[in-house]
Amino acid sequence: MTSEDRPRVVVLGAGPGGYAAAFQAADLGMDVTLVDDAPQPGGVCLYRGCIPSKALLHVASLIQETRASSEWGVSFGEPKLDLPKLRDWKQGVVDKLTRGLGQIARGRHVTYMQGRGYFEGPNRLRVRSDGEISEVEFDYAIVATGSLSAIPQVLRLDSPRVMDSEAALELEDVPETLLIVGGGYIGLELGTVYSALGSQVTVVEMTNGLLPGADRDLVEPLQRRLKREFRDIFLNTRVSALEEVEGAIRATFQGEGEPDNHDFSRVLIAVGRTPNTQRLGLENTQVRLDERGFIRVDGARRTDEPSIFAIGDVTGEPMLAHKATHEGRVAAEAIAGMPVASEPAGIPAVVFTDPEVAWCGLTEAQAIDRGIDVAVSRFPWAASGRATTMGTREGLTKLVIEPSTERVLGIGITGHGAGELMGEAVMAIEMGVRVSDLHLAVHAHPTLAETLMEAASLYFGHSPHYLGRQTRG
Amino acid sequence: MSQDFALPDLGEGIDEADILTVLVHEGDTIAVDQPLVTIETEKATIDVPSGIAGRVTKVHVAPGQTVRPGQPLIAVETAPVAAASAPDPAPPSSSGTRDVEPPPPEPVSGPDTAATPSPEVAQQPDPAPAAATPQPEVAPVEETAAELTLERPREEAPPAPPQPAPAAASAEAPAPEGMPVFAAPSVRQFARQIGVDIREVRGSGPGGRIDEEDVKRHARSHQAAPPSAATQAVAPASAPDEGAARSQSAPSLPDFAQFGPVDREPLSRFRRTVARNMTTSWEQIPYVTLFQTADITELEDLRRRYRERAREAGGNLTISVVLLKIVAAALKANPHFNSSLDVETNELILKRYYDIGMAVDTERGLAVPVIRGVDDKNIIELAVEMAGIAERARENKLTLEEMRGATFTISNLGSLGTGHFTPLVNWPEVAILGVGRAEQTPVWGDGQWTPRLQLPLSLSIDHRVIDGADGARFLNWIADAIREPLIVAMEG
Repeated sequence: MTSEDRPRVVVLGAGPGGYAAAFQAADLGMDVTLVDDAPQPGGVCLYRGCIPSKALLHVASLIQETRASSEWGVSFGEPKLDLPKLRDWKQGVVDKLTRGLGQIARGRHVTYMQGRGYFEGPNRLRVRSDGEISEVEFDYAIVATGSLSAIPQVLRLDSPRVMDSEAALELEDVPETLLIVGGGYIGLELGTVYSALGSQVTVVEMTNGLLPGADRDLVEPLQRRLKREFRDIFLNTRVSALEEVEGAIRATFQGEGEPDNHDFSRVLIAVGRTPNTQRLGLENTQVRLDERGFIRVDGARRTDEPSIFAIGDVTGEPMLAHKATHEGRVAAEAIAGMPVASEPAGIPAVVFTDPEVAWCGLTEAQAIDRGIDVAVSRFPWAASGRATTMGTREGLTKLVIEPSTERVLGIGITGHGAGELMGEAVMAIEMGVRVSDLHLAVHAHPTLAETLMEAASLYFGHSPHYLGRQTRG
Repeated sequence: MSQDFALPDLGEGIDEADILTVLVHEGDTIAVDQPLVTIETEKATIDVPSGIAGRVTKVHVAPGQTVRPGQPLIAVETAPVAAASAPDPAPPSSSGTRDVEPPPPEPVSGPDTAATPSPEVAQQPDPAPAAATPQPEVAPVEETAAELTLERPREEAPPAPPQPAPAAASAEAPAPEGMPVFAAPSVRQFARQIGVDIREVRGSGPGGRIDEEDVKRHARSHQAAPPSAATQAVAPASAPDEGAARSQSAPSLPDFAQFGPVDREPLSRFRRTVARNMTTSWEQIPYVTLFQTADITELEDLRRRYRERAREAGGNLTISVVLLKIVAAALKANPHFNSSLDVETNELILKRYYDIGMAVDTERGLAVPVIRGVDDKNIIELAVEMAGIAERARENKLTLEEMRGATFTISNLGSLGTGHFTPLVNWPEVAILGVGRAEQTPVWGDGQWTPRLQLPLSLSIDHRVIDGADGARFLNWIADAIREPLIVAMEG
């Protein structure tokens, strides 16, 4: 195939969606250019999201375990923090992974352009890089520009003490007190990190619960735990103003919660993320946004402009790397003319707190919302041998079941390693597993995965390790 | 002791398959799970593994043959063949050609799904007593089937129609909105690939789970059931007007006079013939129409240059005439487009003559005179012949003979300003080319816009014979030949 008859594909944004799309397109024989303003592919996820936060959470979990172990007869004393070294280690993880992606891109003959892209029309992208401007003509483009931290106008304050998640991951210092605005997964994960490192953390959430969107029974063990770890958790409360005072930020609160002291060493704003659609030149194309500001796409990730596709955060919730990766592959295959669509039965969500909270497929709350009749089976980890040996009894494994078919529609798990347990959950939901399949499949003992089988057995009223009988359907 | 091994149940959706290759010979020693034959079903090619071990004493089937589950494939000597496994003499006969069509001319039952099921059983060319009844040894397969039926109570209908059992107990309606589809990702992908909306598929698995077989069955039942047959599916098999249902039993008309004054005009015989032919076409042929645009800028220059020469010979060098020549070359290069489908014998009749019909608009309506042996005539000759035919068509002097036996048809509506359209195939042909009006269109190339004369082409095909991709290739062939007329000489 000569280069002339290979479709020219430009991927704008090199996060987990963008680089997956670019690599897939290259593997399908297309002439691919990947554009991003970072020096290597990786995007928010690798540079300032999933990966650095998980590196820090790993450290946090280690610290927490050493503290817990004193109850088991092993004491380590207070940890000594070497912040520059910790930052280097985290940065090392990021560099290693992003460099690896750069190599993979070169190995696949993907042209990587560092710069900012701007659509001049449905077949032309202008890339500005260090004042230099180049023009890229394309047959197809994939928009994968992701999302940005949303900072409400009233909380905008030009002070290094007010951080978004990206700044918080830089780990400038360990502030004595940290106010986190937003009780979603970003706020709770970073709160866990800073709390383990020694900050006194206050979380303010404007709705009536942490982790909006997750089932309450899954959040409950985490909330109980965080109430002990954090100084304060204020629900139904909002921060209405911030102001810089001597050596601190003074916050004004509205609603149910009111702290003793309104001054905080640092403030983290983690109220959500907003799709990154501005200043991309989309107005020079037929690409249209929906009423919430996401790019409108069909199942094959096609926008209203036939030559342009879009994937990942910029196209809608949930804003998760693995969703973007899947969509990226679909978009590349759609460009290749394959009959594809992104229609997963479930997208796993994992909150890497301690304990972890994870779910996939239909939540109980969604079922109630949509009027779908479901039965729920819950297996508490207090009855799990494995959890007990690990000294972690805070946990719950729960199945959302459609009674007429006995099909498992959703799985939620709270507990140590819940994220890893999503592997089986995703397969169960995608494959259309029935609760009896889960019940009849032999699971290793003693493991945490066993709790999935136990929850299934419980649906039929007979878990060997738990007496509480569940009513069916 | 010799026993037959029969074709196992292939899943509910599939009740017959064609033998592509026979992988064992008489005298071979085979093991359990060793592939015996490669069969082709609706959508997939499958190797059928043996359920028994032993020495093959007889091969009952040959490539090209249609077989049904339960029909014996081979006879096997099952006595312990411990030591001396006979050296296989590999008879030269059986291993058939890989080419799928034309199938060997043996009379095979294979009732086409569209036709009424014929009761005859496959006639075996070999005299083995097997063909009559299934062997007792086949039991394992049937038991499995029986178990399946036990698990899910199907309606206790008499074993009459070979129709897929409609709606098993639990799986009632298609998946409701907001509920994920009850099928594995690979099954969902398969449905997408063959163009089935998985939400419409009924699952036969436990709890109503959809598997690949369900998707295939859905695809087939929809392919086999044109709207008119849908009513039949609802009524049990004994419906009185089964046969009549296929030939256009039009619903009765309302009384238009209640809405306003009307006149009634009798249909001419001519019109009735067109109506009948078009109805046959529409009822018989599953249609696909593909659109393409051909750049005729250069060709138009050529045409203008040679127009005078054609006029001197008494002809009119039109784009239609040039297309006639190009299409004949395209048909030679793509013989399936110059064929007819024999559903009785499951054969494709490939015609080695190239008589092309030209749809012309006359005062009385559509007429399709046929230009014979187009491949043997040069363009000037065709121009002269066309001029004569057009003349006779206008004067209603075309004979019936002149309008018979085309192998392919071209319909040109360009003079009326039409662009793309969806022509109906002139059954029993399998394809028709529609030609629209050429338009000057700005085309981007080499960094600038240039005016190019673009000709809209529409190709309707009989999807039973020709796949969309093949249709697209055929259209590309024509478009390329229009751009590079030398192709006609090189490949046509």
